[in-house]
Amino acid sequence: MSINDFLTMRHELILTSLVLLVLIIDLNLKKSQKNRIIPITISLFFIHTVVGFLPAQTGMLFGGMYHTDGLTILMKNILNVGVLIILMQSVNWLKKEENSEKISEFFILLLSTLVGMNFMISSGDFLMLYLGLELATIPMAALAAYTHHQTRSAEAGIKLILSSALSSGILLFGLSLIYGSTGSIYFDTIGTLYSNAPMQVLAFIFFFTGMAFKISLVPFHLWTADVYEGSPVNVTSYFSVISKGASAFILIMVMFTVFHSIAYLWKDIVYLIAVMTMTIGNLFAIRQKNMKRFLAFSSIAQAGFILLGIISGNQIGMTATVYFVLVYIFSNLGAFGVVSAISAKTGKESMDDYDGLYATNPKLTLLMMLSVFSLAGIPPVAGFFGKFFLFTSAASGGYYWLIFIAVLNATISLYYYLLVVKAMFINKSDSPIAFFKSDTITRISLMVCAIGIFVLGFWSQLYEFINSFTFGILN
Amino acid sequence: MTGTIPLQYFLVISTLMFFIGIYGFLTRKNLITMLMSIELILNSVNINFVAFNKYLYPQNLQGHFFTLIIIAIAAAEAAVAIAIIINIYRNFRSIDVDNVNEMKF
Repeated sequence: MSINDFLTMRHELILTSLVLLVLIIDLNLKKSQKNRIIPITISLFFIHTVVGFLPAQTGMLFGGMYHTDGLTILMKNILNVGVLIILMQSVNWLKKEENSEKISEFFILLLSTLVGMNFMISSGDFLMLYLGLELATIPMAALAAYTHHQTRSAEAGIKLILSSALSSGILLFGLSLIYGSTGSIYFDTIGTLYSNAPMQVLAFIFFFTGMAFKISLVPFHLWTADVYEGSPVNVTSYFSVISKGASAFILIMVMFTVFHSIAYLWKDIVYLIAVMTMTIGNLFAIRQKNMKRFLAFSSIAQAGFILLGIISGNQIGMTATVYFVLVYIFSNLGAFGVVSAISAKTGKESMDDYDGLYATNPKLTLLMMLSVFSLAGIPPVAGFFGKFFLFTSAASGGYYWLIFIAVLNATISLYYYLLVVKAMFINKSDSPIAFFKSDTITRISLMVCAIGIFVLGFWSQLYEFINSFTFGILN
Repeated sequence: MTGTIPLQYFLVISTLMFFIGIYGFLTRKNLITMLMSIELILNSVNINFVAFNKYLYPQNLQGHFFTLIIIAIAAAEAAVAIAIIINIYRNFRSIDVDNVNEMKF
């Protein structure tokens, strides 16, 4: 293996060295200069994002444990863009006095989880998948408990680490059964050996349960809302967008490459879970008053929609899923960007606080409106096309009742998304949030979200570009 | 040598451990005990991997490697979890899950 082969994992190498670099730079900064790490990290990460788009070599490493192709590189680039936006949105909050001593910890923990996700996406066997999954989860619990003097943050941290450890345990038990019944941990080998023997079906159910915890599908969603509410806003947006997107990517790849021979079995399971996830996520979202909790339940419902792309099992489904996650990143980050900007300035996170926001902060209000329209799937914006392609893929598999239920759910979701719009535009408030001006970097990130929400939907080459990398189940 | 104890015995033990771990996780109120339950679950997985490797696929060592890595990661997980539990204790003056319930539904 030559040094040149290592460049196949360029994304991970650059990111890992970036994490170490941030750590070293932070050690050399004086206490009063700790703020300087923010622009340094963001510009370094910006370079990493740009370099990620340069053509990269594809291939395998470590005897097939690690592999890259056009699809995994595309997924990593999508995640990079999302993380860049989140980093830009978190500047205001990080500059607060209370965080002055632990700014670099935020970056180091967050970027290590991104390394884990990259390895997870590129994994060619279950060992690498598990390693990546844990690297993406354990630092995240520390991130959830970041504001350690707040009881809620600590509570979010413990809830996240315990439930994710339990789900890893369940997932691992499934993996041990897969290993016992096939004698391999490599995706390719298992894919050819897998059959509907009872032990292998049981192993799949354990595995799927573990993954369902990670992307918070009903009935494994109970940790989500609490963790989202307790964590700092920017960490929450990272959970709901990047972490969920990466888990959805790896879930669909494993379902298509490893478990494709029992697709007729998992389709029933996915069907049931998709219906439950969409319905329960939506119904619980209606009664939420806290914005973070509200977006948590809405993101649970969105995960149910992602399953529509998985269930069809064909190439359209995979393209639609990747496309939907891309659109979802921009629309959800738009919403979280507004919540984060307001929370950093005023500390207010309840929906009632948003009453009369249009009168004082019209630009933020417009972006929030665009984002929730995109999440709900109203035509001119990108979210509509994301949902449309998911429905198309489900229709190509003949799941018309499922689409009917999904459309019903999209209607329900429109109700509660419009509640936010109503609060901002129509509701009167005696003491609305006063006008404030965010700093440049936050405004740039919000602009990027707004442009993304508009442009992604009409840019049809993008869909074809994704489609040129994706694959369906072979049979 | 390997014929003395049948593979099934190991599997019964590991499955029992797994479900004792799940039961303990769901019923215990103390955060440290819940963490111990998770260790039980992970160790049951380790037994599974080692037993399968030894009895069914002795020609390669993937199961053993997997076990080693699970042990290492379990330690990292426990370290972070205990750090957060200490933080919980400072904030709530208790590590009973019944008290850690600021957020509900």
